[in-house]
Amino acid sequence: MIEVDHLTKSYGQSRAVDDISFTVEKGEILGFLGPNGAGKTTTMRVLTGYLPATAGTARIAGYDVFDQSMEVRRRIGYLPETPPLYPEMTIEDYLTFVARIKGVSATEIGGRVDQAMALTSLTSRRNELIKRLSRGYKQRVGIAQAIVHNPDVVILDEPTVGLDPNQIKEVRKLIKGLAGEHTIILSTHILPEVEITCDRVVIINKGRIAAVDTPRNLVDQRRSGSQVRISVRNSTGDTPDKLRQTLLSIGGVQGVEVSPVEGSELVTATIETGLGNDLRSVIAHHVVGGHFELLELGTINVSLEDIFQQLTTEEKAGTVTGPAATSDDLSTVRKENN
Amino acid sequence: MNGLFAIYRREMKSYFVSPIAYIVIGFFLLITGYFFANILSILIERSFMAQMQSQRMGGAPDMDVPGLVIRNFVGVIATVLLFLIPMLTMGVYSEERKRGTMEMLMTSPLTELQIVLGKFLASLSLFALMLLPTLSYHGIISFYSEPRLPWRIIGSGYLGIFLLGLTLLAIGSFISALTESQIIAGVVTFVIFLLLWVLDFGVRGASTTTGEIFKYLSILQHYETFAQGVIDTSSIVFYLSVTVLGLFLTLRIIESMRWRRA
Repeated sequence: MIEVDHLTKSYGQSRAVDDISFTVEKGEILGFLGPNGAGKTTTMRVLTGYLPATAGTARIAGYDVFDQSMEVRRRIGYLPETPPLYPEMTIEDYLTFVARIKGVSATEIGGRVDQAMALTSLTSRRNELIKRLSRGYKQRVGIAQAIVHNPDVVILDEPTVGLDPNQIKEVRKLIKGLAGEHTIILSTHILPEVEITCDRVVIINKGRIAAVDTPRNLVDQRRSGSQVRISVRNSTGDTPDKLRQTLLSIGGVQGVEVSPVEGSELVTATIETGLGNDLRSVIAHHVVGGHFELLELGTINVSLEDIFQQLTTEEKAGTVTGPAATSDDLSTVRKENN
Repeated sequence: MNGLFAIYRREMKSYFVSPIAYIVIGFFLLITGYFFANILSILIERSFMAQMQSQRMGGAPDMDVPGLVIRNFVGVIATVLLFLIPMLTMGVYSEERKRGTMEMLMTSPLTELQIVLGKFLASLSLFALMLLPTLSYHGIISFYSEPRLPWRIIGSGYLGIFLLGLTLLAIGSFISALTESQIIAGVVTFVIFLLLWVLDFGVRGASTTTGEIFKYLSILQHYETFAQGVIDTSSIVFYLSVTVLGLFLTLRIIESMRWRRA
């Protein structure tokens, strides 16, 4: 449905989007993830035909976004970062206007507007002025505006920004409900959003694609060095040292970090283990066997958050795709987290 | 075509749901009504004096009161328009840019020309709505006028005003497209109108080439012949070409938004 091929967009000397390529299948929800200023909005603007690309092509439903812009614009619904609303209009008037300029035929307009309002739960407030609406409602009107002409592709730029947690939940549900019939691209810098709503993620940083995958795979592939975390009682002064030695003697352990917890009698240790190498019972056995008082033991899961941070804070800013990241990278990130 | 009409309808609606149309039209009618009555009473007084004088001195009075009324009245309307048109045009594009709705219009299957023309026709309609009620002033006078009013001259005077308004609207909307701030658009438009107005002040009566050029460019110079019942083709060409230039530049500015940052 959407094919982006070596797309580049420069503003003068600086490259906002640098040679990115990806495709989106029909009915899919693609998450566009990246820190602020990574090039998400620019990419979306190119896709909607608002900005021309400097190099490369993008096609939507088979139409080139530049050469066949009108065909593309008819098939696209777009919610910019701030919903494009006319405060002095009522919801219904506004949606009717949008349907008209999107080229919905006069006979269908009423039905389409009703349907868009129903999907976004706005029907009961159809005659209210937009300027009187709360932020969450304005966002809903923005989404209604993007789907009123029943477009093939819906592009949403940070649709949940500035909403309260309940509104965010609602908007996410709404977006999920739109998938299938519509192909959706949604940008965000909020990670759980991607994990919850998206089928696939494009992580973009400094205008380049850092990774493309499903949220699940991104997490799995980078769980190359999963970690075990234990806490023991600090009964004698040399417990940390002894614990480190004991842990390092276990086969399969790749790294250990031991630290006493300030103000308590606990010592915690973070143990790096190999991919798919579950050492929990072995570790428990050795720790108890070494006469430590084991209080806690558990694994640490790599979250998308870690991966995001890893991919977007790397000094090199190189393109890391696939399971190239090593456990060293992960531990660096983990230390920063702690 | 549908797109243009949709833009036009929304634009008209927004004029009338906000107070702007009512304020501008109300103010316009108040001022023009006041001046119309004033001009009329002064001229009647003057013609009365002239009549008395001519009776004493002999010879027929030669004062074209209806002609003077329309000439002066058209002058008043033109001056008031310099102040009011900026209020009509200042928000046309700047508000759309500020609200981010311009991006929506430009990612809709509309051509830039449809957007520009739809908006221009809407402001032109509002201007016509503002101008029409003033015709009633002449209608009322015609009941008491003897001989009959020179409707042909009134008609050509209004044609001149209409062409002037057309031009000012085109210039105003061009300036509105340049900025995101309504206030800046309004002030700059007003200043430019004033400049175009006083352009020929310094060279009045001068017959040098420069003087002629300034006179030609002075936007208010051109409606005066209309008020004398002369439909001057060169003035029509002047107004229409400035209008087309204004719309063309607006179009280019809108198109250029695609090539600029943010």
